[in-house]
Amino acid sequence: MAEPVAAAGHPGPGPDLPDQGTVSALARRPAALGIFARVFPRLAARLAGAVFVLWMVATITFFAVRLIPGDPAQAVLGGPGSQASPEALAAVSAQYGFDQPVIVQYFAQLGRLATGDLGRSYALNMDVGPLVLSQLGGTLLLAVLALALAWLLALALATWSTRGGKVAARVGSSLEIVAAALPHFWLATSLIVVFSIGLGVLPPISTGDVAGLVLPVLTLAVPLAGFLGQIMRESLLVALESPFVLSARARGESERGVRWVHALRHASLPAISLSGWAFGSLISGAVVVETIFARPGLGRTLLNAVTLRDVPVVIGVVMIVAVAYISMTLLTDAASRLVDPRLRLT
Amino acid sequence: MSDLEVQAGLAAQSRQSGPSRRLGVAETAAGVLALFLLVSAVVPQLLAPGDPLAIDPLSAFQPPNLAHGFGTDESGRDIYSRVVHGTQYSLVIGAVATAIGLGLGILLGTLAGMLGRVVDFTVNRFLEVLFAFPGLLLALLFIVIFGPGVVTATIAVGLSTAPGYARIIRAQLITVRSQAFVEAATVLGRTRWQILLRHILPNTLAPLFVLATLGVGQAIVWAATLSYLGLGAEPPTSEWGAMLSAGRTYITSAWWMSFFPGLFIVLTAVTATVLGRSIDRRMRHA
Repeated sequence: MAEPVAAAGHPGPGPDLPDQGTVSALARRPAALGIFARVFPRLAARLAGAVFVLWMVATITFFAVRLIPGDPAQAVLGGPGSQASPEALAAVSAQYGFDQPVIVQYFAQLGRLATGDLGRSYALNMDVGPLVLSQLGGTLLLAVLALALAWLLALALATWSTRGGKVAARVGSSLEIVAAALPHFWLATSLIVVFSIGLGVLPPISTGDVAGLVLPVLTLAVPLAGFLGQIMRESLLVALESPFVLSARARGESERGVRWVHALRHASLPAISLSGWAFGSLISGAVVVETIFARPGLGRTLLNAVTLRDVPVVIGVVMIVAVAYISMTLLTDAASRLVDPRLRLT
Repeated sequence: MSDLEVQAGLAAQSRQSGPSRRLGVAETAAGVLALFLLVSAVVPQLLAPGDPLAIDPLSAFQPPNLAHGFGTDESGRDIYSRVVHGTQYSLVIGAVATAIGLGLGILLGTLAGMLGRVVDFTVNRFLEVLFAFPGLLLALLFIVIFGPGVVTATIAVGLSTAPGYARIIRAQLITVRSQAFVEAATVLGRTRWQILLRHILPNTLAPLFVLATLGVGQAIVWAATLSYLGLGAEPPTSEWGAMLSAGRTYITSAWWMSFFPGLFIVLTAVTATVLGRSIDRRMRHA
């Protein structure tokens, strides 16, 4: 994910890139052990990098929340407005370790995080770990469905607008730019106005059944499809003019085969490498969407915790999101290698 | 990867496909809209002579009609006046947030791009860590610490866009640094500072203009999102996100209270995108 999209968007077949011949040579390479020896150091480095990033995320959040003015024991006992006695404050300080030196607290926190203990919520009187885990499923479902729908929409738009001449290309790209600019909160409100209040076909509140998922997923998917579609269309155009498409055509492959097998595989690469970013933006969108559709999930939990200054819950959600985001980045990296054999040569 | 990098990448790719120098329909429309938004921000009275805060309970909840083009809200305030007068909030918040993000981005990016490998490596790892707070997460963390409000929300948006700017600027600097004219200046014995100020920075500034245009649109959307969530500007301020937030209560009966402020956010964001790409294309082909 390090390279900018411009570079990822145009792995345009220059003269120095390996052609089909090298790729099939790669496929013929026999030794499974060789592949392991090649993959393992890379995987180890990646995992070490991921652990480092997580450690830093934990460190930054730990020291950042120490900037919050006021006694944290006061926050545990109901915020600045509460009339907590000095004895109660002292008891809470001792219980949470607020009276320890910062560095001791820091390592205690790291130790707890390493064992998966995310501490206890100030406001909800329950452990953060189970709370966050119970909310994770709903948000992941939302994000995965939205990502899948966004891919479908983007693919459909990209293939349609590259086939239909200039007008289709114009319409396609305008639609994508507008879709990409739609803020989640406005799109959600508009969808509710049209489909729940106007037509009365879909519930405005996402209670857990399938019908309730439609509007939240649409809200998250449409703007994302705008971004993915622009990227896919452009790289599809580049791919369709590439030598490998020409040679596929020369071998007598049907137009459909050329488009769907060769060109799309090429065109999906930049969109795959964007999926890590997409996932992050979906999580951030989930804060809005879950709030509007009153859907339980990580985003809504986070917003509530931010409003109540429930620090352990905020840290818990941030850590979970960071883990999910980093895993997603690793996954997209692996997926790119799977789809693009050229990357495996490096 | 940040939203901004995606935006910038898209601008770069549209640059390659569009060689035309003529002003297209989209660019003209975006230009007109930008002018409209600027006038609304600077002299809102010119476009909406009414008072955006004037209460008129007798004409509350009017749907769009001849007297009130965008309808009225729960206190009978004219939505059109409020939207036009709200432009200045959104544009100023967007501009300040972009300035903060860009400023920090320039600082970090220049450090990474100019001060050698160790600094570059450190800054890059730092940015990688910040990217693990995707989207609005960094902004939300900032708001937990410093409390909600317009000022913190603006700074929060600025901070959360900074890593994106930093990485693009670093890449830009490294590209420029390896060009022949920089090498020539080095051979001529210029100091590092002279080279940075005289040769490298001027050549990275033009792309920054594009970035800032694209970034303002995004910053406005994010700031409006925070206001909508009740963490930024508060009603009855006519900031667009806050207006949407107020309209949420009456969504079943008064759709226009939410629709029009949101429409302006979308128009502003689209305008920023189209203008940013257009400027980018023109600069490359100039």
